[in-house]
Amino acid sequence: MSTRGLAYFAAAGALLALVVTAFAVGRYPVSIGELVTLVAAKLTGAPHDLAPNVETVVLQVRGPRVIAALLVGAALAAAGTAYQGMFRNPLVSPDILGVSTGAALGAVLAIFLSLGVLGIQLFAFAGGLAAVALVYGVGTRLRGHDPLLALVLTGVVIGTLLGSAIALLKYLADPTNQLPAITFWLLGSLAAVGPADLAIAAPFALAGLAPMLLLRWRMNLLALPDDEARALGVNTHRLRVVVVAAATLMTAAAVALSGIIGWVGLLVPHAARLLVGPDFGRLLPLAMLIGAAFLLAVDTLCRSVATIEVPPGVLTALVGTPVFLWLFAVSRRPW
Amino acid sequence: MLAVDDLAFGFPGRTVGRGVSFALADGEVLCVLGPNGSGKTTLFRTLLGLLAPHGGSIALDGAALGTLARAAIARRVGYVPQAHAGYFAYTVREMVRMGRTAHLGAFAAPSRHDCAVADVALETLGIETLAARPFTEISGGERQLTLIARALAQEAGLLVMDEPTASLDFGNQVRVLERIAQLAARGIAVLFSTHDPDHAFLCAQRALLLAEGRTLALGPPREVIRSDTLEQLYRVTVRIVETEGGAHTCVPSLGQRS
Repeated sequence: MSTRGLAYFAAAGALLALVVTAFAVGRYPVSIGELVTLVAAKLTGAPHDLAPNVETVVLQVRGPRVIAALLVGAALAAAGTAYQGMFRNPLVSPDILGVSTGAALGAVLAIFLSLGVLGIQLFAFAGGLAAVALVYGVGTRLRGHDPLLALVLTGVVIGTLLGSAIALLKYLADPTNQLPAITFWLLGSLAAVGPADLAIAAPFALAGLAPMLLLRWRMNLLALPDDEARALGVNTHRLRVVVVAAATLMTAAAVALSGIIGWVGLLVPHAARLLVGPDFGRLLPLAMLIGAAFLLAVDTLCRSVATIEVPPGVLTALVGTPVFLWLFAVSRRPW
Repeated sequence: MLAVDDLAFGFPGRTVGRGVSFALADGEVLCVLGPNGSGKTTLFRTLLGLLAPHGGSIALDGAALGTLARAAIARRVGYVPQAHAGYFAYTVREMVRMGRTAHLGAFAAPSRHDCAVADVALETLGIETLAARPFTEISGGERQLTLIARALAQEAGLLVMDEPTASLDFGNQVRVLERIAQLAARGIAVLFSTHDPDHAFLCAQRALLLAEGRTLALGPPREVIRSDTLEQLYRVTVRIVETEGGAHTCVPSLGQRS
């Protein structure tokens, strides 16, 4: 088997093992036998003699959480892959254009206004989209500069502005109930995800994924200098708008679901590129597999290593920092 | 193939050159000479439709450049930029296949035919053995040949090469010039810029001498590349020497400033 085939095979195998583990592990352990019985019973429609708790834990509690981890991990990895290619920089993460900061401001505002869970999600999603629209609108009007550099710098300064708005809201928020909720949201968590949240977020994430899958070969051209890509026949401006819109949809949907979980969108595309090279058509599916597996592993650890839930963003940073430095040290080729 | 009439060119808000007119036929090689900052790259970017003209007209196969979509331009003109290191480790074959973009639908990947065209381009440039190597790891000369192969895979009638011999060693410079002559013999028109007037003697039918964005001279290299024109262009003293084999070469005289 080729290295590439092996990479896909290993990633898919690891993902499957992690899914089974994620369903089995937790405060209420479920054996693999029980899992198999339950899945078989649900598939065939036959009755089963398992304790009702098992079905509740697997389908109502762990099911949505596992699916959310897979969805968020894959979405962040896909958006990161697209952005790293488009910005021709392996250190770029999906929130470079301010989607996470915008989503955070939306969520914090919703908490400040005492809106419910759905309100927080919608504000987070809208905030993410609005922030990127603002950055893109301003950045592409700064003519006479490298278009990508203008976008990145606009993203940085507008991100700072949004960050101070968040700080202001935190300062004004009620310290007994609003401030903890804000802090908790900003740390990111998959603990509270239910089937309804998934049903809202998934279509947006898939709507973002579709253009990326369709344009997967052409997106390679964005990794060339702008003049070259245009001379090869690509309308780079139009293609970039599509990629930014697609990546933003995916990231905003993910962030609205889970809060801000860093490192996945930066680290995973990197690792996948080392395995299969930069061709976007091969890279995208593998990055999504690894991203889903990585976040599921992190979330499963988060809810099982300690008596309290560890915020996943803390764990991804703890894992991400040394792994990133290690990848950087051992890779001889420039991406 | 290419007809340029009274062209003014430059960046938005700043005109770099004006009054440039020339035409290029199939299989013809035109070499653009000029000092740093004379507007060679800006002229080329304008001819490729990457910068809007500030005046005059550019026609490709009789069609005004401004009326053609990006892909339509790319099917007529191929661009060979100065060799760069690349950002990601695409293989040489993957780079050359990107030359097929203008022939593909937005959602398509290269077909078997496109891959075959790319492989032929690799063979034409004699770099088929490099096909699986990462573009980021090969030498500067090999990168330049890869970029020429990519433009060739584009199947355009005109290739625009921006200093294709820059920063190459002597042997690689000669190899690139050989390829240019070989492509012209196949009917492809080539427009290239260089800092070495000898390159014009070696493989161009005509030379365009560009000084501060204006045409100083245009014609067969042996007629327009003279000591007086080169002195005007570069402000150095140069003799043109004819060798025993009938070839021409430029010999600068050190220490004598005109």
